[in-house]
Amino acid sequence: MGRIDEEFRAKRAAGRKLLVPYITGGYPGWQDAIRACAANGADAVEIGIPFSDPVMDGPVIQAASQAALEAGVTPTSVLDEVPNLDVDIPLAVMTYYNLVHHPGPERFAANLARAGISGAILPDLPLEESGPWCEAADANGIETIMLAAPTAPDERLPLVAARARGFLYSVGLLGVTGERASLADTATALAARLKAITDVPVLVGVGVSNAEQAHQATRVADGVIQGASMVRRLMESGPDAVGDYVAEVRAAIDAD
Amino acid sequence: MNPPPATLSAPPDQTGRFGEFGGRFVPETLVPACQELEAAFNDAWNDPGFRQELHDVHVQYSGRPSILTECHNLGEQLGVRLILKREDLNHTGSHKINNVIGQALLAKRMGKKRIVADTGAGQHGVASATAAALMGLECKVYMGAVDVERQALNVFRMKLLGAEVESVESGSRTLKDAVNEAMRHWVANVSDTYFCLGSVVGPHPYPYMVRQFQSIIGDEAHEQIVEMTGAMPDVVVACVGGGSNAMGLFAGFVDEPSTRLVGVEPAGGAAVGRGTPGVVHGSRSYLMQDEVGQVEEALSISAGLDYPGVGPEHAHLAAIGRAEYPNVTDAEVIDAFRLLSETEGIIPALESAHAIAWLSREAHTMQSQTVLLNLSGRGDKDVAQMMDILADEFGVES
Repeated sequence: MGRIDEEFRAKRAAGRKLLVPYITGGYPGWQDAIRACAANGADAVEIGIPFSDPVMDGPVIQAASQAALEAGVTPTSVLDEVPNLDVDIPLAVMTYYNLVHHPGPERFAANLARAGISGAILPDLPLEESGPWCEAADANGIETIMLAAPTAPDERLPLVAARARGFLYSVGLLGVTGERASLADTATALAARLKAITDVPVLVGVGVSNAEQAHQATRVADGVIQGASMVRRLMESGPDAVGDYVAEVRAAIDAD
Repeated sequence: MNPPPATLSAPPDQTGRFGEFGGRFVPETLVPACQELEAAFNDAWNDPGFRQELHDVHVQYSGRPSILTECHNLGEQLGVRLILKREDLNHTGSHKINNVIGQALLAKRMGKKRIVADTGAGQHGVASATAAALMGLECKVYMGAVDVERQALNVFRMKLLGAEVESVESGSRTLKDAVNEAMRHWVANVSDTYFCLGSVVGPHPYPYMVRQFQSIIGDEAHEQIVEMTGAMPDVVVACVGGGSNAMGLFAGFVDEPSTRLVGVEPAGGAAVGRGTPGVVHGSRSYLMQDEVGQVEEALSISAGLDYPGVGPEHAHLAAIGRAEYPNVTDAEVIDAFRLLSETEGIIPALESAHAIAWLSREAHTMQSQTVLLNLSGRGDKDVAQMMDILADEFGVES
């Protein structure tokens, strides 16, 4: 059992809701932002490794990725910094499959393990194509966090859940990452479908945009992932603002 | 490894792969949509009623079959027997209409209300807007901001045809970014929107489906050239960006071992010639990428060809040595654009001028051979751009 899996199940058993912020690796201040997340109640952090063609991301995260790429950020330069973060929560990376395919799944998984990364989210690698990566990830102790989408028919969800390690990423709505005025009905609906079929922790991400929405989502799900609302604060106000926001969301999801 | 198909024109395997290329690398949200599309396409393609309807629209609306034109002047100058397949004579001015009519009919059959498309030079956008108008579908077209500027006339055309044109400001602001935005739009609107891809790229079933819709080029040409010359051509040649006009032409000749298949890439966007295997926009193929796997910007004088990837079936044909993919420079393309115009009275699209450029450079190696060249589109859309380039030489105001 991997570190995310172990810690998330233990926390869930203790009645805690899980909070996973997303921070774009390589964007100025990203390391301090991750430290601020850890200090203010995040249970893990998802580090984005910027890719030139991020089809699952909306304008905010895409802009952060593009800025990081223009500053010369590479997968190696992000991973090299991870040991210096010195935070006591598990870290996962989120990136696109070409950055795995290019060095090869084996080498990429080994690089993650060496940097101290626990998990990986690859949004453009669906179940049917995930074989070579999952094998390499398992062999290197990297937990592959699978995505489940609201469009999936009932018979597909157990197959996705069976392959998920760490937690299951329940995609909150039809659409790309970004902030929305309200939590989509699909977010809680899919989380409920997943909770009914799996014991793997279920976290809702994509379109969870503020503390209130996070609270709403965690009434059904085991936790939330928040990306665009974190990255926007990092870009507009810097790492401290990210920490304040994490504390605010933490308080909201702990309220029940 | 999967066993090779019985013929090179066979469908891909059940994972959508041609050899080791292809597949379906898309966000989980789109997997059911791709599966639904695959089933719908197979059902339609095997339905004689659908095929008849497609045929009727092509005959009565697109202007098919397109003719073959023997180029006596240029052929003599180059020392080859040069025959053009005239896709430039199709309604909307290029081969793009073949695919779009097929996909729009399929979208209607699937009960979709709206099609979303991406476009580089605007040919696919114009074709999509045209088919949508014909069939009563809404149409939204994503186009890189750079291309919106380069191809103002086509933007106006699309709007005139009732389409909404969305200028894409992200990334390199060209075709690859338009594809990204169109895919994002599809992710958000997958329940009622049909994604009309313009080339033999993307997740399975698109590369296969678009090839089938474009194979009408090769099927017609195969029959026509036998009638005209009594034999198979020695060489068939077409330009390659994503590669749909080339794939359509190749489909008619890929199982004729005596015919050489040549796909000509732009030097600044030579995905096969200078790329390495990678995964972008839903499939594994040759891709122009940097040393860590970031996708590079392709650069070509022709907006329709500056795409950093290539269709996976082309990657397969290159890998097994069945087709060759040389490239030509923008300067050679400009010369070729003028050459065909001056010798034959045919102004080619800049895309098609790539094929002519390669032929004029290499013709000395194929003297007296029969060369079938796909003239994928007409040059009307490029005239303003070329006028800027050639203004001084021609003594005109640009």
